[in-house]
Amino acid sequence: AGASAVTSASAASKKVVIVGGGIGGATAAQYLKKMDPSIDVTIVEYNKDYYTCFMSNEVIGGHREMESIHFTYGKLQAKGINVVYDKVTGIDAAGQKVMTAGGKSIAYDRCIVSPGVDFKYEMIEGYSADVADSSIPHAWKAGPQTEMLRKQLVDMKDGGTVVICPPGNPFRCPPGPYERISQIAAYLKKNKPNSKIVVLDPKEKFSKFGLFMDGWKRHYGYGTDKSLIQWIKKSEGGTVTKVDVATKTVTCEAGTFKADVLNIIPFQKAGKIAFDAGLTNDKGWCPIDHKTFESTLHKNIHIVGDSSVASPMPKSGYAANSQAKVCAAAVASLLNGVEMVEPSWVNTCYSVIAPGDGISVAMVYAYKDGKIIKVKGSGGLTGAYDAELRKREELYAHSWFKNITADVFG
Amino acid sequence: MKKTKLIAGAVLAGSLLASSNAFAGMDRATMLANTCAGCHGPGGVSMGPATPSIAGISPDYFIESMNAYAMGDRPSTIMMRIAKGYSEADIALMADYFSKQKHLSAPQQADATLSTKGKKLHDKYCEKCHTEGGSLAEDDSGILAGQWKPYLQYNMHDFTSGNREAPKKMAKKMKSMYEKHGQAGVDQLIEYYSSK
Ligand SMILES: Cc1cc2nc3c(=O)[nH]c(=O)nc-3n(C[C@H](O)[C@H](O)[C@H](O)COP(=O)(O)OP(=O)(O)OC[C@H]3O[C@@H](n4cnc5c(N)ncnc54)[C@H](O)[C@@H]3O)c2cc1C
Ligand code: HEC
Ligand code: HEC
Repeated sequence: AGASAVTSASAASKKVVIVGGGIGGATAAQYLKKMDPSIDVTIVEYNKDYYTCFMSNEVIGGHREMESIHFTYGKLQAKGINVVYDKVTGIDAAGQKVMTAGGKSIAYDRCIVSPGVDFKYEMIEGYSADVADSSIPHAWKAGPQTEMLRKQLVDMKDGGTVVICPPGNPFRCPPGPYERISQIAAYLKKNKPNSKIVVLDPKEKFSKFGLFMDGWKRHYGYGTDKSLIQWIKKSEGGTVTKVDVATKTVTCEAGTFKADVLNIIPFQKAGKIAFDAGLTNDKGWCPIDHKTFESTLHKNIHIVGDSSVASPMPKSGYAANSQAKVCAAAVASLLNGVEMVEPSWVNTCYSVIAPGDGISVAMVYAYKDGKIIKVKGSGGLTGAYDAELRKREELYAHSWFKNITADVFG
Repeated sequence: MKKTKLIAGAVLAGSLLASSNAFAGMDRATMLANTCAGCHGPGGVSMGPATPSIAGISPDYFIESMNAYAMGDRPSTIMMRIAKGYSEADIALMADYFSKQKHLSAPQQADATLSTKGKKLHDKYCEKCHTEGGSLAEDDSGILAGQWKPYLQYNMHDFTSGNREAPKKMAKKMKSMYEKHGQAGVDQLIEYYSSK
C-alpha cells in the first residue's frame, strides 16, 4: 500500500527497454518480468540467433556442434517479453527513448544496456573488422567466425603452425584465450601431432596461470623441446603490432611469425552503442553505481555485463547473468518506489584444459561502502591435480552450461 | 536451537513480503538464491548432466551440507569455495527458499533390470533412513530419488572410498551392502534412484 504513494510522480508507467539480448540483456528481461509482471519489457536485439561464446572453444576444438550453442528468443516471448529485432543507433537520455536503424523510437522509464564488447582493431596495423570476417577471425563473438576458425583448423595440414594473439587487459573472459589454446592443442595432439601453437601475448601472466601451465605440461609437453605450445610473453616481445593479411604473418618485437591458421583477439572496449549514447569513460568502459548498475553519466540508464565497470567482477557470462538479476531487482524497486534489497553476486568460470581435465575459478561478492567487494575467504581456484576431481569438473562445466543457458534463455 | 530460530525468522519475513499484493521489493532469500541458478538451474532444478538439483531439499540437510562444505568436512569440487561466502543467516534464508521449490526428477535413462535389483538392496539397507525410496526430503538425508546419475556415482564413490564420512549407522549398512554385493550393488542402487 505504501508503495503507490512513493511512485505517484511517474504514475503507473513501468516501461523498460533493454538494449542487447545477450547474456546480460536476456537475463534482465526474464527476471524483471518474473519479479513484477506488470512491467512492460522490450528487448531490442540485432540478431535473431544468439550463439553463446561460452563452450564455443569446444566447437573450435571439435568437441561439440555449433547447434548446441545456438539459442533463440521464443521462450522469452512466450513469457510476455517483447523482442524487437533491430539495431539500436542511439539513446536519448533526456527524452528517455531508444532509436533504431529501422526508424523506430521506443520510449522507456528505465533502460538497461548490455551490448557486450567492441574491438580496438586499430591497435594492430593491417587488422580490421572486414579482415576478421573474411580470413583472420577473432571468434570472440560466437557465430560465423567460430565456424571459420574451426574449418581452418580442419583444413590445416599436419605440421602446420597456429598463431594465437590474445588481447591485453581488460577483456571479455580472462581465461578464454587460454582455454581456446588448450582446446586447439587437444585437437592437434590427437589429429595433427606434428603441428604447433605459437602464442604471442601482450601480458606477463593471465587468469588461472598456474593451473594452465601445469595442465599444458601434463598434456602438451609444455616446457620441453617437444612442446606443442610455445608462449611468448610481453617481456619476451610478444606484443603484436602488425599483420600482413595475405601471408598471415604477424610482427612483434620477438620477430615475424608466419601462420597457417591465425587467430587475433584484439584489445577491447565497451560495445559501440555505449559510446554513441555517451555512457563511456575515458578508458572506453561504462562507469556505474555498484548497487543499481545505473550509469553515473546518464540517469535512468543502467549498464550490465562486459561493458560495465564492475570490478572486482570479471567480464564473464556468469558475472553478466548475476549482475543482470541485481540490476533487475534495482529497476523493479525503483519503478515501484520501494527500497532495494542488499545485493549479492557470484562468478564462476570453468575451463577444460584437455578431455577429462576441467578447472574453475569462483568468487562470491557482496556490497559494502558503495562498492562490490569479494567476500573474504570465499572463492579461488581448483586445487592441486586430482584426476577424479578434474573429471568431475569437466562434467560440472557442461552442467553449468546447461543451467546458465536455461536461466538466460528460458 | 539456534538454527531453528533463524529458519523461523526467515519464514516469517518471507510470508510478510508475499502478503502485500504490489511488488514490494525482492526479499533477501530470493536475491541470494538467484546467484546459485547459474549452476543449479532456475529455482534449483538442475538440467544436468551432473550438478545436483537442490529444489525441495530439507532445510536441516541444506544447512548441514553448506556448513560441511565450508568446513571442508564434505568433499567437493567447488562448493567449499562457494559456501564460505555466506553468513549463517544467509544460509538459513536460502535453506528456507530452496526447501519451498518444487523438486523435479532428472529426465534420464535407467536400466530396468538393474534398478529392480537396486530396489531390493535399497529396501534392505537404505530405506530405514532414506524413506519412500529416497524421495522424502523430511528425513534430512538428501533426496536421492531422481537425482542426476553422475552426482549419485560421485557420492557413492566418496562414501565407499572413505573420502566422505557417512553417518555411523549408514557406514555400517553401506559396508555390509558393499561386502556382499560390491560395485555391482552400488551400480544397481544408483540405477534405482535415477529411475525414480
Ligand atoms: C571464447 C569465449 C569463451 C567464454 N567462456 C566463458 C565461460 O566459460 N564462462 C563465462 O562466464 N563467460 C565466458 N565468456 C564470456 C561471456 O560470453 C561474456 O562475458 C558474456 O556474453 C557477456 O554478456 P553481455 O550481455 O555483456 O554481452 P553479449 O552476451 O555479447 O550480448 C550483447 C548482445 O547485444 C547485442 N547488441 C550489441 N549492440 C547492439 C545494438 N546496437 N543494437 C541491438 N543489439 C545490440 C548483440 O547482438 C548481443 O546479442 C566467454 C567468451 C568468449 C569469447
Ligand atoms: C559454479 C557452480 C556452483 C555454484 C555457483 C553453486 N553450486 Fe552448489 N554445487 C555445485 C556442485 C558441482 C556440487 C556438487 C559438489 C561439488 O563438487 O562441489 C554442488 C552441491 C551443492 C549442494 C549439495 C546438494 C546435495 O544433494 O547434497 C548444495 C546444498 C548446494 N550445492 C547449494 C548451493 C547454493 C545454496 C549455492 C549458491 C549460494 C550454490 N550451491 C552455488 C556447483 C555450484
Ligand atoms: C542410519 C541412517 C542411514 C542409512 C541406513 C543410510 N543412509 Fe545414506 N545418508 C544418511 C544421512 C543422515 C545422510 C546425510 C548426509 C550426511 O550426513 O553426510 C545420507 C546421505 C547419503 C547420500 C548423499 C546424498 C547427497 O545428496 O549428497 C547418499 C548417496 C546415500 N546417503 C546413500 C545411501 C545408501 C545407498 C544407503 C544404503 C546402502 C544409505 N545411504 C543408508 C543416513 C543413512
